[in-house]
Amino acid sequence: MLLLLVVAFPGLFASRGPLDADPLRVFLAPGHGGLLGTDQLGRDVWSRVVYGARYSVLIAVSATALGVLAGVLLGLVAGLGGRITDEVTARGLDVVAAFPAILLAIVLVTIVGPGIPTVIVALAIASVPRYARIVRAETHVVRRSAYVEQSVTFGLRRTTLVARHVLPHAVVSVPILATIGLGTSILAASSLSFIGLGPKPPSPEWGAMLADGRNYLQNAWWISVFPGVAIVLVVVSVSVVGRWLQRRFEHREHA
Amino acid sequence: MTSATLTTAPAGDAAAAAREAAPTVPGARGRAWAPTLAAVGRRLVGAVVVLWASVTVAFVALQLAPGSSIDALVPPTQRTPEAVAAVTAEWGLDRPVVQQYVDYLVRLLHGDLGTSYQLHRPVTDVIVSELGPTLQLAAAGLAVALVLAVLLAVSTAGRPWASRIANGIELTIVSVPEFWLGIVLLFVFSFSLGWFPVAGANGIASLVLPATALGLGLVGLVSQVLREGVERSLEQPYALSVRARGVSETALRVRHSLRHASLPVVTLLGWLVGGLLGGVIIVEQVFGRPGIGVVALQAAQGRDLPVVLGVALLSALVYVVVNTVVDLLALVIDPRLRTGAGHDRRARDHGRAAVVGHGRPPGRGPAAGARSPPPDAALGRAARVRGARAAPAGRRVPRAVRLARAA
Repeated sequence: MLLLLVVAFPGLFASRGPLDADPLRVFLAPGHGGLLGTDQLGRDVWSRVVYGARYSVLIAVSATALGVLAGVLLGLVAGLGGRITDEVTARGLDVVAAFPAILLAIVLVTIVGPGIPTVIVALAIASVPRYARIVRAETHVVRRSAYVEQSVTFGLRRTTLVARHVLPHAVVSVPILATIGLGTSILAASSLSFIGLGPKPPSPEWGAMLADGRNYLQNAWWISVFPGVAIVLVVVSVSVVGRWLQRRFEHREHA
Repeated sequence: MTSATLTTAPAGDAAAAAREAAPTVPGARGRAWAPTLAAVGRRLVGAVVVLWASVTVAFVALQLAPGSSIDALVPPTQRTPEAVAAVTAEWGLDRPVVQQYVDYLVRLLHGDLGTSYQLHRPVTDVIVSELGPTLQLAAAGLAVALVLAVLLAVSTAGRPWASRIANGIELTIVSVPEFWLGIVLLFVFSFSLGWFPVAGANGIASLVLPATALGLGLVGLVSQVLREGVERSLEQPYALSVRARGVSETALRVRHSLRHASLPVVTLLGWLVGGLLGGVIIVEQVFGRPGIGVVALQAAQGRDLPVVLGVALLSALVYVVVNTVVDLLALVIDPRLRTGAGHDRRARDHGRAAVVGHGRPPGRGPAAGARSPPPDAALGRAARVRGARAAPAGRRVPRAVRLARAA
C-alpha cells in the first residue's frame, strides 16, 4: 500500500527532486544532510530512493504483465492444441528456460541496445515458461474433466467453452505466481541496471544507484546501502503478500 | 526450472503409453528395464532437441542482427575487394542461407563458435581463456550455498521457533540482490576491516567474499527444501526406531534425515546451476573479477553478438547437460518415475513453478506430496529395515519404552 502511494506521489515523500544537485552538499552523512545523506553530486539519497520506486515498479509490473499474458496464451494453446502443437510449445519453453534471465537480457541488449523496454521484454520472456507450464498442466487436467466433456456433449461452441469453462480453472494459480514473480522481477530488474543494461544514469533507478555508489563505498557507504535496503524491503513485502495469497488459496482448496 | 525442465509432459505421455503397452512383470528384469531405457532415451532426445533449437535461435539472431561477419573477419586496415572476396568464399558467406546454417552447425560441433567482431579472435579462445576464474567462483559459491543450507536446515527442522526464525532469514536472503550483498560485504570486510582484497582474482582470499555473495543468494531456497525434507523424514516411523536405539538427535538428523532430504535437493541442482550462471555475471561485476561475465557484458556493450551468443550457448549447454543428468539420476534413485502414473509428473510441474517463484507451489505443494507417496517413503522403509537390523535387540529398552509412551 505504502509502496503504491510512493509510486503514485513521490512528491509527497521527498521534498527535493531526485536530480537536484547541490555542489555544496556532497557526501553528507545521513542525518546531516537529508534523511539518508547525499551522494557525490549533492543529490538527496532519500529523494532518489523514493523516485526510484517508480522505475522498479514500472519495469517489474510491465514485465510480469507481459510474461503472464504470453504465458497464459501459450499455456492454453499448448494445453488445448494437438499433440504436435503441445510438443513444439513445450520444447520452446524448455529452450527459453535454458537461458538465465540475465543472459537473455544481455543477448537482447546486444541486438537492440540497452534501455528500459529491453529490460522489460527480457524479463517478460524469461518469466513466460513459469506461467505457461502451470497453465498448460492445469489445462490438461481441466480438459479431461467431466464437466468439459459434458459441455462438449451439449454442443457448446469451442470459443465459449474455452473462455467460460477452461480458462477460469486453468489460471486460478496464476495471480499468486505472478505476485511472487513480481518480487523476482524487481530483483532481476535492479540487477540488470546494476550491470549497466537498464536505465542510464542519472536516472534514480535503485540498481543503477548502487552501481554508482560502489565507487564511493569507502567514504560514503550510504549511497549504495540505502537503495539496497529499499529493494530488500519491497521484495520481502511482495513475497509476503504472495505467500499469504498462496496460503489462503491452499486453505480454500483443502476446505 | 528444476530438473523437470526436460521431462515435459508429452514426452512423459508417450513414455507412459509405452509402459502401458508393455506392462512390467515383477521379477522379469529384462522387461522391467525396457521402459526405463525408453524413458532415458526420451530425456536424451529432449535434451538434444532443446540444444538444437537454441543453436537455431542463435543462428537466426546472427543472420538478422546488424553488423556483418565480413567486418569481423577482415580487419579494416587490410580491407581490399580481393581480401573481402577471399574471406567471403572461404567462410561460405555467398552460399544460400540453408547451406550456411548447415555449416554453422558443423562448426559448432567442432567447437567453433565464430569470430568476435571486436577482438578479432575466435570466440572459443576468448571464452576458454576466461573460464577458469568463473568456474572457481561458481564452484565456491555452490559449496557455500550447500554447506550453509545444510547447517540451517538440520539445526532448525522440527523446532517450531527456530524454523520460524530461519524462515524469516531465508525469505530475507532470497529477497536480497546479490550485488547489494556483495557491496555490503565489500564495505564491511574489505574497506572497514581490511580482511579481504577489494577486487581481483588472486588466490583464496579474493574468492571468499564473492563466493559468499553468490552462495548466500541460493541458500534460502535450498535450505527451505532441505528442512521440509528433514521434517518429513523425522515424522517417519523409522526416525522413531532410530531414536529408540538411543542414537543422539544430531546423529539422527545428520546421518539419517539429511540423506532422505537430499533427494529433492538433487532435483534442485538444475535450478541451482541456472542461479549460479546468472549470479556469476553480477558478482564478477561487483568484485571486479575477471571471467565470463565480464566478457559477456563488454561484448554486449560493444554489440559483439558472436561472443554474447557463445556465452549464452555455453550456459545453455551446461544447463541442459546438468538437468539431463539430474533427470537420469532421479530415474535411478526413484523407481516410481520409471513406472509412476501421471499425477507424479504434475506434482513435478508444480514443484518447478514453486522453485521459479521462490515459494511453495500454489495449492499443490504439500497436497501433491500427500497424494502420491513421498519420494523418500521407500527409502525410509529401507532405512527402517536396515536400522532394525543394525540395532542389537534389547539394547536401551527403557528409552524406547519412554519414547513409545510419549508417542
